[in-house]
Amino acid sequence: MINLTINGQAHELDVPDDMPLLWALRDVVKLTGTKFGCGIAQCGACTVHLDGTAMRSCVTPVSGAVGREITTIEAMSDDKVGKRVQQAWLELGVAQCGYCQGGQIMTATALLKQNSKPDASEIRDAMNGNLCRCGTYNRIFAAIEQVSDTEEQS
Amino acid sequence: MSKSHDSLLLANVSRRRFLKGLAVGSALVVAARWDLAFAEEVKYGAEAMPGGWVDNPNVFISIDGNGTVTVINHRAEMGQGIRTSLALVAADELGADWDRVRVEQAEADQDKYGNQNTDGSRSMRHWYEPMRRAAAGARQMLEQAAANQWGVPVEEVETRVQEVVHKGSDRTLGFGELAAAARVLDVPARENLTLKDDSQLRYIGRETGLVNGELKNDNSRPPAIDGEDIVTGKARFGADVQMDDMLYAVIARPPVLGARVKSLDDTKAKNVPGVVKILQTEGTDMPAGFNPLGGVAVVAENTWAAIRGREALSINWDLEAAGDNASYTSEAYRQTLEQRAESSGKTVRESGDVDKALENADQRVTATYYMPHMAQAPMEPPVAVVRIKNGKAEAWAPVQHPRAARDGIAAVLGIDLENVTVHQTLLGGGFGRKSKPDFVIEAARLAKEFEGRPVRVQWTREDDIRHTYFHAVSVDRLDAALDSDGKATGWLHRTLSPSIGSLFAEDPKHKGDFELGMGFNTMPFDIPSIRLENPKAAAHTRIGWFRAVYNLPHAYAIQSFAAEMAEAAGKDHRDYLLELLGEPRQINPEKFEDGWNYGENPDIYPIDIGRMRAVVERATKEADWGKESAKGRGLGLAMHHSFVSYTAIVLDVEVDDSGEVIVHRADIAFDCGQTVNPERIRSQLEGACVMGIGIALHSEVSFKDGDTEQTNFDRYQIPRMVNAPREVHVHLVNSGKDAPMGGVGEPGLPPVAPALCNAVFAATGKRIRRLPIGNQLS
Repeated sequence: MINLTINGQAHELDVPDDMPLLWALRDVVKLTGTKFGCGIAQCGACTVHLDGTAMRSCVTPVSGAVGREITTIEAMSDDKVGKRVQQAWLELGVAQCGYCQGGQIMTATALLKQNSKPDASEIRDAMNGNLCRCGTYNRIFAAIEQVSDTEEQS
Repeated sequence: MSKSHDSLLLANVSRRRFLKGLAVGSALVVAARWDLAFAEEVKYGAEAMPGGWVDNPNVFISIDGNGTVTVINHRAEMGQGIRTSLALVAADELGADWDRVRVEQAEADQDKYGNQNTDGSRSMRHWYEPMRRAAAGARQMLEQAAANQWGVPVEEVETRVQEVVHKGSDRTLGFGELAAAARVLDVPARENLTLKDDSQLRYIGRETGLVNGELKNDNSRPPAIDGEDIVTGKARFGADVQMDDMLYAVIARPPVLGARVKSLDDTKAKNVPGVVKILQTEGTDMPAGFNPLGGVAVVAENTWAAIRGREALSINWDLEAAGDNASYTSEAYRQTLEQRAESSGKTVRESGDVDKALENADQRVTATYYMPHMAQAPMEPPVAVVRIKNGKAEAWAPVQHPRAARDGIAAVLGIDLENVTVHQTLLGGGFGRKSKPDFVIEAARLAKEFEGRPVRVQWTREDDIRHTYFHAVSVDRLDAALDSDGKATGWLHRTLSPSIGSLFAEDPKHKGDFELGMGFNTMPFDIPSIRLENPKAAAHTRIGWFRAVYNLPHAYAIQSFAAEMAEAAGKDHRDYLLELLGEPRQINPEKFEDGWNYGENPDIYPIDIGRMRAVVERATKEADWGKESAKGRGLGLAMHHSFVSYTAIVLDVEVDDSGEVIVHRADIAFDCGQTVNPERIRSQLEGACVMGIGIALHSEVSFKDGDTEQTNFDRYQIPRMVNAPREVHVHLVNSGKDAPMGGVGEPGLPPVAPALCNAVFAATGKRIRRLPIGNQLS
């Protein structure tokens, strides 16, 4: 049995130690906001937070997540920064198909929590591991800048 | 011949083409429906699509007692925003408040909803008018219900937002109060419908949201239907379908097209915890249509167990069954096509005397261009769930063409169409990949083995890159004659690509009309002598639609070559391009042999040189064409007409000392005629620009001995944020009501790669004749 804390709740899962957290979340816990895109940490669609840091859940075995706070896109509305990121996403109409956007928001939120005023190259560096086949990068960039710009007022 | 073949062909070929094609015995037409082929009437647009259009308000619009308006969306949502945009049309005409509108997704039912095949950039241009009429009908039924209740003539009532008002007495009744009475009234006859005047429209055509980096501070901007669900992780894509008792499967497919399982050792795989069953699944020989490749399926209790089980399989493949596909190697194939491009092939268009023009030329320009295979690679790989119970099949899948999925399931199970239900989910990207329902048919085959239990087939990214229906590899060779003033007097273009027709009939080895018509035989330049040829090219893997399809290589070659001609002539590229286009005039694409006009009426949708010139002029003006660029930096221009829309793009590109390409700015002039939701049009053009940059820079699937050399995003590279332009400006041209509506999803893509290559030339002096650029600049 694997004991995980996901979005503040304790879960006991009957899964092998090496099952990637991605598949445990999706197939076992039935939290499907975290997406499968590549399985080899190349696309970022599966991004979750482990103790606040953005991690690729497709290459993180469940055993590596034991004892850590796992946060998924489903809990981002409860996160102060995450909520603002979501709002910026909506205001700027970032998403097209939307499949990768949960992962994008998780990476962007982790960035902004660590660095509330990232410059252009810091944004690109942080986001470059998240692929979007629809090509929404300009709006993702603009949304992150918008959250960053409104930091003082919040 | 399965029914899906019929719907495919009908979707892509107008009826006149059938009649014409029959006369020459084209291989593609053999697969067509004879009853329609013999129909005399030529139909265009939505009218010519299988299932046609439907404008019955009771099919698309319902209102509950609280006044909540439900709009049925029957097209696939894959990021183009159609669930929002079509509902906006309905809400506007009806008089609904956007906050009271919800959207429900239709099942696959072409007889009820009309055509649902979401490709060809058709959704809005085919459905704008039927949706306006459906909503106008619903509004008039509400008005009649109110008039009946008040006992007044219907002329005395009018609809405002969410309510009907009696003009004489200012009495009002809300939509919710009228809904039950309105529902049972007769649907107004089409000729009795009155559409709203433009001045009464609140949503259609209005600019909202992000416009070239600036947020229109407009509180009444209608939020996207799925926006909130997407940012909170609640949106349900095909991959997210959850059902009790579900089984999860992955399939080991033949590494080479046509290979079969010779022997299988599944001992180790069976011992992987969670693996339930391992079974061989049937493949179909080419031409297979949309039928799957077959292979060995591992069915398990979760996806991870299925993946581990597949890794533990030991399969010996019979490559002999694959014939010469087993020696298919991209480098050799490229050389073969390039060699073949040196000699004449099937002539598809000819005017004047090109040979003489080339012979008498003061200057000749010759170039050969190569575009590789590419995978669509939607972020959501193919995935489908099917459950079979008591002779009925039910599927949940992200499909662009739900009817083809339904047909395919019925055929493979040998059951009637009525016993197959296909539930359309959101698509995590499509780009043409999900117009082929092979993955749904795979799930149906497996579900048959587990009566009553839902079975999900999950494609991994490796499956997707290795086994998609690839964008056709292509070689285009061009030869131009210039006179002493640099003016073009002759144009010889040979294009070679395997055809999508190879899926449906014995490999035709020539492009079909719907492929040539994508910017090849519709080449618009005003040159006295023109010959266009299409020599043979055989298919050695599955070829299929990729966003904008054959427009990609045609635009890349023609727009690169026009720049090379300008250079040879010593003229400015923009001026030369306008000279090649010639005076404003209208061309009927059907006058060419094998002409094709995206299924649209050439009287309404001629190729309009004036509109082409206008987008070139606008994009170059906005980009400050002619300005001085710093060393290592330059502007590149390209234009293209596709899906009855017009696009020109200028890219401002820097190539740094290490050969890295940085796109500083994109100026895109786009004319798709009348617009409905400019905000989503802009987003489509921005996205197409990014995808096109990826096509130019690094997207390639190459084959070695019949298998792909790339299997995931580590080597099959698609654009990342760093590749996106630092600024994108989209300039909508001619967006008023006067110009007919054109496509949006695809036409932004074809000119991007040639514009980038032309900019690279401006920056470095190096011509890119082979895509992707890869490390050619380092």
